[in-house]
Amino acid sequence: MASSLPTLPRALPSSSSKPSSPLVPFRSSSLKFTTPTPFIPSSISISSRGASFVIPRATPASHGSGSTETLAKTTFHGLCFVLKDNIDTDQIIPADKATIFPSNQQERDEIASYALSGLPDSHTTRFVVPGEIKSKYSIIIAGENFGCGSSREHAPVCLGAAGAKAVVAQTYARIFFRNSVATGEVFPLESEVRVCDECTTGDTVTIELRDSGGLLTNHTTGKQYKLKAIGDAGPVIDAGGIFAYARKVGMIPSPSVA
Amino acid sequence: MASSVISSSPFVCKSPAKKDLGVSSFRKASQISIHGCQRKSISRKIVSVMAPQRSSSTSGSVKTGMTMTEKILAKAAEKSQVVPGDNIWVNVDVLMTHDVCGPGAFGIFKREFGDNAKVVLNLAINILSLLAFSLFVIVTSTLKVWDSEKIVVIPDHYIFTSDKRANRNVDIMREHCREQNIKYFYDITDLGDFRANPDYKGVCHVALAQEGHCRPGEVLLGTDSHTCTAGAFGQFATGIGNTDAGFVLGTGKILLKVPPTMRFILDGEMPSYLQAKDLILQIIGEISVAGATYKTMEFSGTTIESLTMEERMTLCNMVVEAGGKNGVIPPDATTFNYVENRTSVPFQPVYSDANARYNHIFVADYRFDVSKLEPVVAKPHSPDNRALARECKDVKIDRVYIGSCTGGKTEDFMAAAKLFHAAGKQVKVPTFLVPATQKVWMDVYALPVPGAGGKTCAQIFEEAGCDTPTSPSCGACLGGPADTYARLNEPQVCVSTTNRNFPGRMGHKEGQIYLASPYTAAASALTGHVTDPREFLQ
Repeated sequence: MASSLPTLPRALPSSSSKPSSPLVPFRSSSLKFTTPTPFIPSSISISSRGASFVIPRATPASHGSGSTETLAKTTFHGLCFVLKDNIDTDQIIPADKATIFPSNQQERDEIASYALSGLPDSHTTRFVVPGEIKSKYSIIIAGENFGCGSSREHAPVCLGAAGAKAVVAQTYARIFFRNSVATGEVFPLESEVRVCDECTTGDTVTIELRDSGGLLTNHTTGKQYKLKAIGDAGPVIDAGGIFAYARKVGMIPSPSVA
Repeated sequence: MASSVISSSPFVCKSPAKKDLGVSSFRKASQISIHGCQRKSISRKIVSVMAPQRSSSTSGSVKTGMTMTEKILAKAAEKSQVVPGDNIWVNVDVLMTHDVCGPGAFGIFKREFGDNAKVVLNLAINILSLLAFSLFVIVTSTLKVWDSEKIVVIPDHYIFTSDKRANRNVDIMREHCREQNIKYFYDITDLGDFRANPDYKGVCHVALAQEGHCRPGEVLLGTDSHTCTAGAFGQFATGIGNTDAGFVLGTGKILLKVPPTMRFILDGEMPSYLQAKDLILQIIGEISVAGATYKTMEFSGTTIESLTMEERMTLCNMVVEAGGKNGVIPPDATTFNYVENRTSVPFQPVYSDANARYNHIFVADYRFDVSKLEPVVAKPHSPDNRALARECKDVKIDRVYIGSCTGGKTEDFMAAAKLFHAAGKQVKVPTFLVPATQKVWMDVYALPVPGAGGKTCAQIFEEAGCDTPTSPSCGACLGGPADTYARLNEPQVCVSTTNRNFPGRMGHKEGQIYLASPYTAAASALTGHVTDPREFLQ
């Protein structure tokens, strides 16, 4: 019954003090890194290339687009998919799909096809039609505590991979919000009222973002709703994600040209 | 990061002063339940539950008090003072990852801090071979994580499965750990016999504690939502995503917003039939699944002081189910005793400035008289769907699951065994036992259960007709690949010691999961219905 003894010691004091500065010796933003490596989610390329965090109109995001649109001019337009409260990460992407690793387009498509497949069958309208990869809905409208549950980034990643550009929720669970900002997969916005009670799946909506907040227009009902200003996450989103922000504020070395 | 503190108050009528929830009779609790039903349909008014806003101290001003969490983060950010709302860069003491998120986190790290250099150097090699070659060696050999001794890699989620991609993830982590010379990698290579893997532990949050990686005053991050478990040790511990983890891997820092603290004071003697799981389900039922969003949940009081470390871990484990950023318990002799038996790394405990003068540093105060509480469950499909166990006795169940970081530790199994032994009966439904770690499994087979005449948990479980305790891992808590042991593959009713019961959590979308303490789970197994453990324990 006795197992062999562990070979690893329990937590020990650090044996040496190592220099902690990370190495970013030089990096030119004009270089295109097209060789895929197995372990890297392609979703990260959008926020990490120094491109500002911008989601263009409902088109697939491109690598290193270098777009110069600012937050104030961002718009999203498309059909909306409406959810209610407490949609947890396992409903967004069932936990057994977490082994899918969206490092290449094939697995990215695969995880996209499962986006919101965890919703109970009472949701008769599927976000992604079985057999498809992309959703026809580019904007998700939700109630309170959207994205509660796990810290797995697969949740915002699958939504973005399926073509969602923005989420308008009444409130968010904090880890999901943070992961959305960090990955740049979907733009997380907060409404001031319960928009999810006044919109129906399939309505055509437009979101216009401004520095002071945003505006959601439902063309099907004719109503407009104010959206909250992005708050403290703004500078991170503006910079293009946590890595770009860290370089901008000097927390990690900026790339120097060779 | 974006929501302001004031924006989500679950109770329209909440007062900023201390809120006394004596809960002396359950009529009061049912009032609260009704209130709970109502609150879901009331539009959320913005109510100031905060005491007068503390602003960042300016030069020369008097230092205001700080909570434990604020002090830990201030120290980690090398500041003398922080207030809730401050966005600060914090030094990380320990980063944990596992098989599901590790590959992603390391991939992002390499992408952001190293791969570019490699590719550029490949170009240089073509141009200036000699110079480039030496640069290549220097650059690629110096791509290192910030500290290879502060990263703990614990495969635990999808281990005992034939799913190729799950297996691939463990192999990927082995490669990364080898490349980066990661000191603490609790590897598994022989999936057929976990005992043949001396380094394999199992569930990450339990392993972190058992291996001495949890220490008061430190900052611990993990790529798992239940990383908040470690707050039981009086440290700041929270879950992060792969991108944040990739950032930490390269820098050892993270950008955090200082959370305000909600205080939960639990006093009174813990009844013999009550466990920490009942306490946290009680609290989540009180404040809802978003009641602590972006906040710290600080637990103190005489009851807390009487809890063992494993019970404190159970309490902090489900902080995330209330939306909490982190949970924290002031460290004491119990904590020091546990920690010092497992690590020689020095630590510095930290405490909230908590006397009457500093009550304003907490944004909410809840008090519970624990001696009056009763065993509770969380009914499908939400961890805040609280009900008394005894009021659910007509609910017929199909199976019982005892396991996970929440309810699969040694003491959880001891409790279940104690109840089975007291009852002297056989279970009426399949009862699945999933020890969290290899050490827990060994305890289940080796330790005598108090008051059972020398019998071990394993013996008692066998006599009661439970399934044989299985290989330690996260198991079916989160469903997992189709061949995961004890996965809910049919729309059955399960009483479980796990942490979430949203639709589909353990597998089947129509599965009905009742979250419960180990005592309640064991009692339910014996009757085939949701059962209050007092049926067998008094």
